[in-house]
Amino acid sequence: MPERLLEVKGLKVRFATEDGTVHAVDGVDFELNRGEVLGIVGESGSGKSVTAMTLLGLTRDKNTRFEGEVDYKGENLLDLPESRLRDVRGNQIAMIFQDPMTSMNPVYTVGDQIVEAITTHEPTGNKEAKRRAIELLRQVGIPNAQSRVDDYPHQFSGGMRQRAMIAMALSCNPDILIADEPTTALDVTIQAQILELLDRLRADFDSAVILITHDLGVVAEVADEILVMYAGRIVERGSKRNVFYDPQHPYTWGLLGSIPRLDRPKPKKLHSIEGTPPSLINLPQGCKFRPRCPHAFEKCFEEPELRNRVEDRGHLDRCWLTVDQKRGVRDSTIAGEQRVVA
Amino acid sequence: MLSFVIRRLIGMVAVLFAVSILVFIIFILIPGGDPAERMAGKNPTPENIQNIREKWGFDKPFYVQYVRMMQKAGTGLLPGTHGEYDILRSFDTRQDVVAEIKKGIPATFSLCIGAGIIWLVFGILVGVISAVKAGRWSDRAITILALIGISMPVFWLGIVLRYFFAETRTWFPDGGYVPLSEDPAQWMYHLILPWFCLAVLFIGFYGRVLRSNMLDTMNEDYVRTARAKGLPPGRVLGRHVLRNSLIPIVSLFGLDFAAVLGGGAILTETVFDLKGVGWYAAQSVGGLDLPPIMGVTLYGAFFIVVFSAAVDFAYAYLDPRIRPT
Repeated sequence: MPERLLEVKGLKVRFATEDGTVHAVDGVDFELNRGEVLGIVGESGSGKSVTAMTLLGLTRDKNTRFEGEVDYKGENLLDLPESRLRDVRGNQIAMIFQDPMTSMNPVYTVGDQIVEAITTHEPTGNKEAKRRAIELLRQVGIPNAQSRVDDYPHQFSGGMRQRAMIAMALSCNPDILIADEPTTALDVTIQAQILELLDRLRADFDSAVILITHDLGVVAEVADEILVMYAGRIVERGSKRNVFYDPQHPYTWGLLGSIPRLDRPKPKKLHSIEGTPPSLINLPQGCKFRPRCPHAFEKCFEEPELRNRVEDRGHLDRCWLTVDQKRGVRDSTIAGEQRVVA
Repeated sequence: MLSFVIRRLIGMVAVLFAVSILVFIIFILIPGGDPAERMAGKNPTPENIQNIREKWGFDKPFYVQYVRMMQKAGTGLLPGTHGEYDILRSFDTRQDVVAEIKKGIPATFSLCIGAGIIWLVFGILVGVISAVKAGRWSDRAITILALIGISMPVFWLGIVLRYFFAETRTWFPDGGYVPLSEDPAQWMYHLILPWFCLAVLFIGFYGRVLRSNMLDTMNEDYVRTARAKGLPPGRVLGRHVLRNSLIPIVSLFGLDFAAVLGGGAILTETVFDLKGVGWYAAQSVGGLDLPPIMGVTLYGAFFIVVFSAAVDFAYAYLDPRIRPT
């Protein structure tokens, strides 16, 4: 039994804004074990980044309300005072962000910024910290780490900066590494390298990874378990195999259908999910995906709960269609032929 | 590096040349600008005016006059005594312009350096406090105070300060300047009101600019990274937010400071009877007296050019992205 690192129970995050209350995250549950890679997939505004930043308390604000629990080694991170939470940030749970171009401070050297992360959490001298920074840069594959450590971020390429960000995140041997769209801003070839690096380092550092992305192709590479989020909720959850080969939620089908594929006949036009994600202030009644779902029927005005409906116990979804109905219409939906269930 | 300095020096000469030509042309075109008529006094005879024209060289073509004036101004900067005809003299008072400007420099520098330190320190303080407390009552109170500070005309503020703190209550001396070398305590005592008067506008202005810079910077991704690293809020603010927000303040300060140092503190110097370069400029403009106007303008332009080069240096130091590699 692998060590349970994180347990999120009924997490809700609401922001009070001038226009009303934004239900950014509305009841999210998941667990994370050591050595595991959890992929969280969804469109912009599905609540995946807010979920991740909430784990670190980065969404704390006077206009933010939290509910639920984030258990990390027996402590609820949501209740932890800011000063205690700072010891966790960057030390036990570290995070890397989407845009490596803007995620490093342009006026300090890459080395300084890694050293800062180390000395914040450990009583290490600057010299020793710098030696470790060089070693970390070497581990993430920066050539000439010895001299590049004194470069400024603008002297690094995008891929190198993301490597440096990863080095910074790993500098204190965190238990959990949260990667928020780590490859979105990078070239495709660099994306693959970064994913490979994350996977290798997860093994080397024996940490768990939460990989947040809108790109199912990215999680297909490295994730063990996948959460599909929509409008602040998990709509489907299962192992990578389940989600890719036996997807149960029409939204997941839409995401799968949006990936251009070379192994299938070329469609007339690339499939996209009709409509836009719902406003998180005025959520639709019932199933939140109903207004965009080609298979919606009367029952969908009630919200289905997230539960197991298929043979595999670990595979959960939120959809009223029967398993047989789903398996019947799924492939044509993924292929982009819209059809309504009778 | 060397090429930077050389380019700057050439630019400086070009700017000073352009500025002096402009001043000269404006002076020729301005109505009532004929210095001979003004110098001849009331009810002059035509011969009288003609004599003055010849004696001062006003009958020569304007470019000859210009070159002559520049020669004299240049000679005045050289050390040693100069011949009677090599001195740039005021048309009004016949005083040596270069010497008069030099006489004004201690008062002007004392005023500006003191005020500059005050406005920089308090401007940053005001900006940081209101950015950290953005949206709360303390931020609002500071914002109102800053706007009042920006809106108060300097001549009005100066007179009010004198009235309440130097005349109604004699807490401070009522204007005047005591040289630092004569009596440092009195020097400072005499300058406190003028320092404050000159600094108020800039404190408000810098505070507002820094506040908005900092609020922008706080939304930067690298500040989020810094927080995600677990840095305490003070370090996030000081090392990551403030450091990056101060860069634009440097260029503001460089140019504002150069302007007041170059004789731009006309109102403060006049109200508090500090006989500095600004006061001298005001006197000469009032009398349409070309030589001192030209002198003060070149003196001011010199500081602007020097400080804008200094700002470029400071930028390169503060922001590695624009350092030449």
